Amino acid sequence: MKIHEYQAKGILKKYGVSVPSGSMAASREEAEAEAKHLLSTGASGVVVKAQIHAGGRGKGGGVKIAKSVSEAGDLAAKMLGMKLVTHQTGPEGRIVRRLLIEETLPIEKELYLGILVDRAEGKPVFMASAAGGMDIEQVAAETPDAILKQYIDPGMGLEAFQARKIAFQLGLKPQQINPAVKFLSSLYKAFLDTDCSMLEINPFITTTDGRLFALDAKVTFDDNALFRHPDLRELRDITEEDPLEVEASKYSLNYIKLEGSVGCMVNGAGLAMATMDIIKYAGGMPANFLDVGGGANAEQVAHAFEILLSDKSVKAVLINIFGGILRVDTLATGVVEAARKTNIKLPVVLRLEGTNVNEGKKILMDSGLNFIVAATMKDAADQVVAAARGIHGVTEWR
Amino acid sequence: MAILVNKETRLIVQGLTGREGTFHAKACAAYGTQVVGGVTPGKGGTTHEGWPIFNTVREAVEKTGANTTVIFVPPPFAADAIMEAADADLDLIVCITEGIPTLDMVKAWEFLQNRRSRLIGPNCPGIISPGKCKVGIMPGSIHKEGAIGIVSRSGTLTYEAVHQLTQRGIGQSTAIGIGGDPIIGTTFVDALDLFNRDPQTEAVIMIGEIGGNAEETAAEFVKNHMKKPVVGFIAGQTAPAGRRMGHAGAIISGGTGTASEKMAALEAAGIRVAKSPAAIGETLAAAIGVNV
Repeated sequence: MKIHEYQAKGILKKYGVSVPSGSMAASREEAEAEAKHLLSTGASGVVVKAQIHAGGRGKGGGVKIAKSVSEAGDLAAKMLGMKLVTHQTGPEGRIVRRLLIEETLPIEKELYLGILVDRAEGKPVFMASAAGGMDIEQVAAETPDAILKQYIDPGMGLEAFQARKIAFQLGLKPQQINPAVKFLSSLYKAFLDTDCSMLEINPFITTTDGRLFALDAKVTFDDNALFRHPDLRELRDITEEDPLEVEASKYSLNYIKLEGSVGCMVNGAGLAMATMDIIKYAGGMPANFLDVGGGANAEQVAHAFEILLSDKSVKAVLINIFGGILRVDTLATGVVEAARKTNIKLPVVLRLEGTNVNEGKKILMDSGLNFIVAATMKDAADQVVAAARGIHGVTEWR
Repeated sequence: MAILVNKETRLIVQGLTGREGTFHAKACAAYGTQVVGGVTPGKGGTTHEGWPIFNTVREAVEKTGANTTVIFVPPPFAADAIMEAADADLDLIVCITEGIPTLDMVKAWEFLQNRRSRLIGPNCPGIISPGKCKVGIMPGSIHKEGAIGIVSRSGTLTYEAVHQLTQRGIGQSTAIGIGGDPIIGTTFVDALDLFNRDPQTEAVIMIGEIGGNAEETAAEFVKNHMKKPVVGFIAGQTAPAGRRMGHAGAIISGGTGTASEKMAALEAAGIRVAKSPAAIGETLAAAIGVNV
């Protein structure tokens, strides 16, 4: 689960990580009030930062500096409600609904810090680079040696010597080392306590008067661990998500909306991806990824089907099920139920294999609904792509 | 021969008394696996569907002589179940559970480092040596005993590959689902190494997907060590970057972990790569010179 920068900074602050003073504003008035507060307590300027779940906000015009309360108000009024397009949002962009109003700081150096779990090593890794502020992926691709990696022994945690090593390699000054150790240790504690899958401070800055700050903060939580963090679940902003994906998540369905016209429903993530791939090989484009999971019941299948059909760009549907835990008759019951309920007009191609496949096929046949049953995955993909193009009657039912 | 599970496997089920545990324990037993008992803390001393239930894994091992466990414990308690099994020195731990917090797995992974147990999974369908033993949730009926090893990060896509082989009359030595999570016990390289040394296995199918670089590491192993033909498939050629595709580990992050770079790495290592998932069976048949 992703959260906003202002939420991430709120969490980090609780752990003792120094962040710039500021607060969230959802209106011009709130932005002006915060700007007034900051300017009257010593800030030389304020930054107005658009809060969306995507990077590259600065280049897209979502980060601006104001020198006065009224300027901050004007910027806030302009930014709220605007469609912010960055390299991470895609061309459709995101509507800005919240802002972060923060003090400006005299930046001396921009550095990079990140913590994530290294898959191959099976342990957390601290990543640091003197090339902060930049796209770290670009740094990793062009000059991988510029990124320092410090693996953390999970039984011990981040030790002071490891934090010092990172601090010295970042070129911090002697008097900044101890504050940096505290900063890094606090970050690591926040990472562990909140079950992050990724925590990124880019840039991590030093100021001309020697202080250290997390100038930006990007936090992603491990969805699998949210069950033990009811407080963090509250931070979810569903306006940042696709409405159909929000709907799907209510029924524990893994659904991701894509751009094509062939809707697909599959059990198992690997087979679901492979089904998307074969749709493309057949000359079509998948409209979504949808994994109904191994343990789906008829009701979940019915909801999944409704979600597929409510995507207006879907012209035909492919259901590809290899029954293991999910029995084919269970799936067939759900599909028939949903097809009746939604009074479906679109062509539906089914490819079924595995546990109770014959019982499942019988349920579909006895339903009297017009399904197309394919023999193999390739056949199914060819038929559904043809159907999506409006070529009907490729195969007779039964 | 086959690998890891066979006629000698003596299986206990952690979470046997639950719905999934009961269903699959019966299915494994029906396939011919020696299921010798179950573990459910607090229900020790009782029996369930005729199997003795124990409070701890250690007690179950002492009383039944079990050498393998399969875990159907809910995600919040599954990493603990893995560690308990490793502490009881079982040869093989198969964890089916999906949704274990990554940091719990970090702990369990560390715990396993100095112990003798091998972990398969989590978030996997398990392992089957057709005709001998099934430890997992795969439909046994689609398999056929034979000479092809299969290792895969996916469950149902493994069934698909098995099905394509069986339909061509090509049997399997062992099929392992290594799991779709970022941190897993047995890797592609571990499985390839075992297949390489298994006399029953003549060729291997390796099914990867987007995310991480386990396929690239495996390709390197194949190039340097593998004496048998390997056929590959990578799922997620059309997956968008930055989105988690169902499996916790299936995500293209920072532009790395794409299907195209994995396919290129496999091909560079001499692995025949099936572009379409429908062509896995025929690509394997071509690789071993079977004309079907």
